[in-house]
This record gives sequence, structure tokens and C-alpha cells, in this order.
Amino acid sequence: MSEVTYREAVRMALREAMTNDPRVFLMGEDVGRYGGSYACSMGLLEEFGEDRIRDTPLSESGFTGAGIGAALVGMRPIVEIMTVNFSLLALDQIVNNAATLRHMSGGQVSVPVVIRMSTGAGKQLAAQHSHSWEGFYAHVPGLKVVSPATVVDARGMLLAALEDPDPVVIFEHSGLYNSKGEMPDPPPKVDLSTARIAREGTDVTLITHGGCLQRTLDAATALAERGVSAEVIDLRVLRPLDWDTVLASVARTHRAVVVDEGWKSWGFSAEVSARIAEDGFWTLDAPVRRVAGVEVPIPYPQHLEQASIPRTPQIVEAALQAVGRG
Amino acid sequence: MGDVFEFVMPSLGADMERGVLVEWLVTVGQHVDRGDLVAVVETDKGAIEVEIWTPGTVAELVVPEGSDVPVGTVLARLSGASATADPAPSAPPAADAPPAEPSPEPAPTPVVAVPPHSGRASPWARHLAAERGVDLTGVVGTGPGGAIVGADVPQARTKPVAAGTDADAMRRAVARAMERSKREIPHYYLGTEVDLTPTLAWLERRNAAVPPPQRVLPAVLFLAAAARAVREVPQVNGFWKDGRLEVSEAVHLGVAISLRGGGLVAPAVRDADRLDLGGLMAALDDLVRRARRGRLRGSEMTDATLTTTSMGDRGVSDIQGVIYPPQVAIVGFGRVVERPWIVDGAILPRSVVRVTLAGDHRAHDGHTGGLYLSAVANLLTNPESLA
Repeated sequence: MSEVTYREAVRMALREAMTNDPRVFLMGEDVGRYGGSYACSMGLLEEFGEDRIRDTPLSESGFTGAGIGAALVGMRPIVEIMTVNFSLLALDQIVNNAATLRHMSGGQVSVPVVIRMSTGAGKQLAAQHSHSWEGFYAHVPGLKVVSPATVVDARGMLLAALEDPDPVVIFEHSGLYNSKGEMPDPPPKVDLSTARIAREGTDVTLITHGGCLQRTLDAATALAERGVSAEVIDLRVLRPLDWDTVLASVARTHRAVVVDEGWKSWGFSAEVSARIAEDGFWTLDAPVRRVAGVEVPIPYPQHLEQASIPRTPQIVEAALQAVGRG
Repeated sequence: MGDVFEFVMPSLGADMERGVLVEWLVTVGQHVDRGDLVAVVETDKGAIEVEIWTPGTVAELVVPEGSDVPVGTVLARLSGASATADPAPSAPPAADAPPAEPSPEPAPTPVVAVPPHSGRASPWARHLAAERGVDLTGVVGTGPGGAIVGADVPQARTKPVAAGTDADAMRRAVARAMERSKREIPHYYLGTEVDLTPTLAWLERRNAAVPPPQRVLPAVLFLAAAARAVREVPQVNGFWKDGRLEVSEAVHLGVAISLRGGGLVAPAVRDADRLDLGGLMAALDDLVRRARRGRLRGSEMTDATLTTTSMGDRGVSDIQGVIYPPQVAIVGFGRVVERPWIVDGAILPRSVVRVTLAGDHRAHDGHTGGLYLSAVANLLTNPESLA
């Protein structure tokens, strides 16, 4: 067991994958000489060389398409897109090609590409670098979408994604890269199919993922001081989502609060709440509540930026409302 | 950022199903604090001034004066209600309003038929009710906005009135104790009247100077005075055992609390003479709330060394208490009333309360009781000594 940062956990996975599988290579903007915008690939260029750590031109559509093509012909490319906002330039490649080709070819080809991108607000990078489009990608059949919130998942999910025969989109919250966590020795394998109960509780289920997990765990601690036992679910995998774990928890606590940094309207939290209402209606003791991003492009000033994303007191308040103490 | 709080028609007695909102004592836009009187409600037992236990600003008076509405109906909405407010605001502490002693009351009805106020029950509650064949009419909800939730359903089935208490058993226990008291204890009765005007003014100033959670009700002054007067006249505090008085060093002050499901309990505030006013207020709040839920501790039920009873808010001005054996005295506080009073040779309107003592004549004499009452009166007129 050793303490590592989230960034180191990602680098650990990159190095392991490159070492163990010659088909694996990394490409993206500034991943080589600069070491990656978030320094995840720092030092890997020297270690693995220019063929496998490839700096690309500023053309998300171009290099993502190249990654899809490489995957089609048997490589195991890892495409790094600097932020999810820029990935919109590659949306056509991801949605129209990566997600569809297995289906359009009648199963003759698969696209084992792994696309990593940073997401989320909190680092004062303003509206064009700070949004949360997890809901966009999780909407698309043919993709797997994961949101590692811990160092174990940051490492393990990247390796699991490389083993998956289909395209996997990995969302790394930019606020997590400096966070630290315990990495067991040897590091465990993880799956791309289950949600994790991060904290057990009996009164209300708080459902979240990625960058909101720690704030939600903090809320659960604050709630415990007020006599409310909150269960926290780290969804981990956003598509396909582990509804069994979510619905079983809600059936025990009878109350649900969904916490997501994306905008509330039409967003990821809307889907989770709708599914609970559809399939868990008769287990509910209170309306499902959502704590989500405020409906503005993420502001630059720090106080406004913080005010636009879910914070611990809001999660506590929503949970108290759900248990009838709001 | 505060919450909207709904102030509902409280249940002011086991048999209360409806109440008439006679008068609003607040207006829209007014700030209310914990313990403020907000409305006058007419019940079978008379007009009752109803307090609020969640501070906030009155946003809307939903029900107009003169309306006859079921218990649980939303009467008003507050905005900016404090998140630290009483989690059970619909349970008004009854410290000011317990009966002095068990009086012949109609047997509690098996179910307090609280009409379905909002008609709201959660899906889970409905599912459980259907599964168990339980009718949700009359079930009091504890969920968001008073909705019936799953946890309310089994309670509704087994203990519809006051969870944790058995009204019949309690009636029998009260009967046994009171029979024994009147059979064995030769009571003597004393009373005195105390001009509270300066004390109430002092209390108002004190309350205005502290944040709402630290404000106290006049009833707490009564408890403090009753407890601290024991230091001067300890003979009233203790037990009659084996033919002799056993004076207790500790002052565990019993507080008579009437229960909605019928019946009466007098749990003790332990070491009441050592608590300051804020501490007494908190202890009283806690006792009343737990008494209403049937969650009192055994020790609290048995170790009172002296009991107080207060029926001020029921309009009672004079109480001749029945001693709870083996205790040797009970102190009664009546209603604070405006009276013509002679102050320095002039007749002035003053706020006066009648304080009474029922003593066990085996344990002490009227002289002792009189000294004790004087001590209580003294403390009540020198509130700084209670702070």
C-alpha cells in the first residue's frame, strides 16, 4: 500500500499498458514533449519514444479519427483530448464512427479505442475548458463511459478500458489530478460494469461520480453529525450504468439525491432521477432531489465558479429535505 | 439561504381533531423567534395561544381567521426558517400546559383520527399500506411536508397515538399512584401571589440580548426558582420512607407533562438546581419532546425528588397539587394574569402569578412550606439570581 496522486495513478496505468502490450500507444496535444496538459504522461516520451508517445496537431477530429482507424486495424490507441470541451470537435468521429462501426458492420469489426479527457470546473479555466459533458457521451449507445473518482479506478479503469473490445471514453476530473489516495500492492483489477457503495447508510442514498464524490462523502459526514445516515454511491461507470446497485440502495433508504456537476436540465442527473422514478417509484418516501450545476456557462471568477457547481452544504440541504428535515 | 417552513394546526390534546384559528398574532413580513406566540386557537379545552418553534419570517398566512380546520392543516408559511430549528416543530412543548394531576378525563379514544391533511403519502408508504392492509387515514406523517412515509406505516398499525406509550397502562399507573397519595399522605396546602412584572421585563431584555436558541420561556423561570429554593428549605425535597423524611441532596425536578395519547408523566430534570436558564430550557425541550414520543428514560421517570406542575396556558390560575409518592411536596404555578395591584400605595396593573405548594404534613409543617414558598417568590422577583 502506498499513497499516490491521481495523476501518478494514470501514469502508472499508461506505463504498465505500454510495457505489457506493444499495440498500445498514446497520442494527443502536448502529451509528449510537454508531458501532457495535466502532466499525466510526463517522462513517458523519454521512456517509450516518439512512435508511441505522439504529439499531434491541434485537430481533435483528425487525431481522434486516426485513433479510431488505428483501433480498427488492431492497435490499442489511447487518445488524450485536453478537455471535454475540445472533444466536441471530435464528436463526429466518436459518435458517428467509434460508436457505430461494430453495429454497422454486423459485428465484423470492433473499435477498441480508449479516449481520455479531462472534465469539470474548479481550476478557473473558464467556460471553454470547464464543462461536464459526461451526459452527452453517456447518451450514446455503442460507447462505454467511465468516471474514475479514486486512484485505484484512475489506474484500473484505463487498463480495463484497453482490454475492452469497444470504444471507452474516460472522464478524468481536472480537480482530481492532485488528489491522493492509497494504492494497494499489487494494484487491483477493476471492472467496467459496477457501481461502488463508497459509504454505507440507511436514511438516504446520495448518488454521484467523479469530481463530486469527495464533496458528497463530506456531506455524508456532516449528515451523520445531524443524525442522518447517508449511503454514498460512486457510480464509476456511467454507461452502461449499474442500475441494480442504485435501485437496491434506494429500496433500502427510500430516498435519493443525485449529485452531478453537469447542468441539471436535460443532463446526466435527469436520467438517473428518471430511472429511479420509473423503476424505483414504489420504494420512494420522498421526491428524488438533484444537486447539479447552475445553468450558466462556467464563470471564470473563483467565487462564481464555486457557486455554479455542487457544494457540500447544498448536498446536505437536499438530503435533509429528502428525509423531511429540510 | 433558508428553507420554507410550514406552520400547521397543532394537536393540543389527545382528543383534538380540529381547531378554530381565532386570531393571528403575527402579520406577513414579521420575523418570529422560537417561542413566540403566533396564533390563538380555539379547541374543546378553550382558547390556546400557540407558539412557534422555528424562527423565520412570516411569508404567508394561509388560513384566515375564523377558519375551522383539521389538525395538520398548513396555517402559515415562513421563509428563511433556520436549518437548526426544531426537527419536530409540530410538537409544541407542553411545559406550560400539563394538567396538575390526573382528573377524570374521557378514556382516550383508540385512534386519534387526524384527517388526511394533505392526503399525501409516499409511494413506499402506499406500497406498505397495501401490502399490510393498513388504512392510512389517521396516520400522522413525518416525511417531507408532513407526508406519510414508509416508517410511519407500521407505527400507524401498532401504536396509532403515541408511539412507545400504552395509554391504558399509563392511566392505571397514574390511578394507583394518586390513590396511594390521597390515601396515605395528609396534604396541606399553601399559596402565595407573586408580582412578576419586573421579572418579565427583565426576561424580555435578556431574551432580546441573546440569539433565539438561547431564549427562554417564563416557565423556565418557575422551574429555576422551584429548584433553587430547595437550597434554602431542603425539607421539601426528598422522600417519605419507613416513617421518616429522607431529604435528598440532589434536586431532580419532576415536570408534569400531559401526553397527546392521554395520560400524564412527570419525568425529572436531573440536578435542576445546577442548570442555568439556558440549560433548563434545553432540558425541558428535550424532556417534552421525548415524553411525547414515549422515549423517556427509566431513571427520569423514577428519580424526581420534587415535582412542579404548571397549567398557566390552560387558563388555570390556582393549582392544588396531588403529591407523587414517595415525594413530600408538589409546587404549582398558575397562569400569569393582569391584576390590579397595589405598588407603593398606588393601584397599578401588574402581571401576577399564583404559586402553590401541597406538602406532606407527615414530613414537614406549614411553617416549612411557607418558608419554601417565600424563597420561591423571592427568587422569582430577583431573576438575576436565577440567571
